[in-house]
Amino acid sequence: MALSRLSSRSKGISRPLSAAFSRSISTDTTPITIETSLPFTAHLCDPPSRSVESSTQELLSFFRTMALMRRMEIAADSLYKAKLIRGFCHLYDGQEAVAIGMEAAITKKDAIITAYRDHCIFLGRGGSLYEVFAELMGRQDGCSKGKGGSMHFYKKDSSFYGGHGIVGAQVPLGCGIAFAQKYSKEEAVTFAMYGDGAANQGQLFEALNISALWDLPSILVCENNHYGMGTAEWRAAKSPSYYKRGDYVPGLKVDGMDAFAVKQACKFAKEHALKNGPIILEMDTYRYHGHSMSDPGSTYRTRDEISGVRQERDPIERIKKLVLSHDLATEKELKDMEKEIRKEVDDAIAKAKDCPMPEPSELFTNVYVKGFGTESFGADRKEVKAALP
Amino acid sequence: MWGILGRRAVVNGGISASSLRSRVRSSSVSARSYAAAGSKEMTVRDALNSAIDEEMSADPKVFVMGEEVGQYQGAYKITKGLLEKYGPERVYDTPITEAGFTGIGVGAAYAGLKPVVEFMTFNFSMQAIDHIINSAAKSNYMSAGQINVPIVFRGPNGAAAGVGAQHSQCYAAWYASVPGLKVLAPYSAEDARGLLKAAIRDPDPVVFLENELLYGESFPISEEALDSSFCLPIGKAKIEREGKDVTITTFSKMVGFALKAAEKLAEEGISAEVINLRSIRPLDRATINASVRKTSRLVTVEEGFPQHGVCAEICASVVEESFSYLDAPVERIAGADVPMPYAANLERLALPQVEDIVRAAKRACFRSK
Repeated sequence: MALSRLSSRSKGISRPLSAAFSRSISTDTTPITIETSLPFTAHLCDPPSRSVESSTQELLSFFRTMALMRRMEIAADSLYKAKLIRGFCHLYDGQEAVAIGMEAAITKKDAIITAYRDHCIFLGRGGSLYEVFAELMGRQDGCSKGKGGSMHFYKKDSSFYGGHGIVGAQVPLGCGIAFAQKYSKEEAVTFAMYGDGAANQGQLFEALNISALWDLPSILVCENNHYGMGTAEWRAAKSPSYYKRGDYVPGLKVDGMDAFAVKQACKFAKEHALKNGPIILEMDTYRYHGHSMSDPGSTYRTRDEISGVRQERDPIERIKKLVLSHDLATEKELKDMEKEIRKEVDDAIAKAKDCPMPEPSELFTNVYVKGFGTESFGADRKEVKAALP
Repeated sequence: MWGILGRRAVVNGGISASSLRSRVRSSSVSARSYAAAGSKEMTVRDALNSAIDEEMSADPKVFVMGEEVGQYQGAYKITKGLLEKYGPERVYDTPITEAGFTGIGVGAAYAGLKPVVEFMTFNFSMQAIDHIINSAAKSNYMSAGQINVPIVFRGPNGAAAGVGAQHSQCYAAWYASVPGLKVLAPYSAEDARGLLKAAIRDPDPVVFLENELLYGESFPISEEALDSSFCLPIGKAKIEREGKDVTITTFSKMVGFALKAAEKLAEEGISAEVINLRSIRPLDRATINASVRKTSRLVTVEEGFPQHGVCAEICASVVEESFSYLDAPVERIAGADVPMPYAANLERLALPQVEDIVRAAKRACFRSK
């Protein structure tokens, strides 16, 4: 369980935990129970317990992976400013608890689909730092061979379906994946993630209606970071209770800055969806960066608000306090871990910088699975053409 | 969570990746309409902003709606200052729900208002395309003239820089194939002002295709163009550069590329005539054909996908109407026939470059020898 999940994530975590500590915690799966910071608020269902079953190993791995995600996003910020990343870049720092808590509750047979703020979800699904940075810099070893970019990360072998640029589109798609899971009797569920901005999209309600009619195992996860680009939630939604917006569909409101609350909610949602069809989870979370690297993030919210959340609710700080209070590591050991993580991220970036750009012939690959030899053209159709295989 | 209300946000003009590109001055050498040296310059962004401002001032029925157009000052700062100047009854920030707010905009136009609906990019207009085509374009016809739709749909169209497959499509060909719509594509600041003012005043639905990478570019602008009554005719192309050996037609950002290509061709003794279409629908077939009858050769250029594109329509028009004048097959330069890749080198291969236009023009010129 926790151990196997850890090793399956080993692509993103290069060293086993035992190497980082003088005592061998890596094999220690001592169960512990963590209380969530806040109770769950429920709509049309009974909320799960605030006592979350975990283990010492899981708690430590939460810290490590979230710190890795945080460091990765901060590094991406610098790379964007250095113009090594182009186009759009939407960073997830502040929201790590949602990605990590969700992974802890599910398997790789359960599917996840999200919008464009997808780097950390990809990492959580088993993607590597190298693939992330190579893709962001448009190199051939990127997870989409450099052809997708920041908004289009995928990992099909871990049931991660991207990575979508058009707000709201990923939700009906997620319900479609759930449809396929039910159709093929897979006993798996799909988490379709979206933001408070996307929550008002009509296609969500269309997909939810169908999911409810057909009892699809769809779990809609609203990552409510309270701003849709520059528009605060109260200016975009008449009802801010996103967990209730499903009307006849049950919902749960969760403290999205508490990885254990997220884990509990996702576990609960999976059990529900397999038996009863769709459910909505609203994760109350926050993004420290602006909407994207083009948005300073400070014209529509105060710096005090941002630093306030960082001080009071930072998800990594919360886990760190738990680690320390359970005596699983010392401050110094955690600092050393963070140093290791920094190095891991720097190494991945250096390796990605050395990776070549895609071959020009890649312009014409993957247009179709089966192209029947159709001709495709470059900008000058008489100069550049290819037959699509 | 309360955002900052009422504080005058200090924002950069156009804080998008494209604004980091250096600004290239237009090398248009057209002898007409620009004032003498020492004349004013204006960015396309300011041209669009001033056009909307003046039309809102002149007609209280004109209002603006779209995502981030008000308090955020516009995702690309095109609507900067309008909320402060005209208030929330004239400038509306919408939720991220294109199908809904576009439908609402068209409905408002049915009832006599004049909405200027912004799509943050035209890629998102696909969420609302039913309303653009079925609710707006066809209404005047279906109602036999009772319900006209004086609406403008505007926003950046086509490729930007590194924004990937879902954010780079050019919609000129799709919208321009629909009777009942007017489709405009400005290039210079003068185009931006004159065409947008014309669009807002027009009683029919207009799709106004801007270009993100042009927003920050400065162009010389005449006193006439700065006047609040300035308007350009819809359906008329502009000859940006006169020539006699080959006609190059294009629109939007590609006009700049075509002008650069013309400079390069001039060095090799080929005199290219560059036509800035300005209006995709109605298409100025008269100007295009007159030019081809003069030069006998045609190179059409666009950024969008090649099949069934604007260039294809122009080629058809010329072959139909000026066949015996052609001395060479018509040439098309367009975006590559693939979804837009992200990697910088592949993106460059996927879009027309100046050298592609030069090469095609040379092919057209030597073909008859």
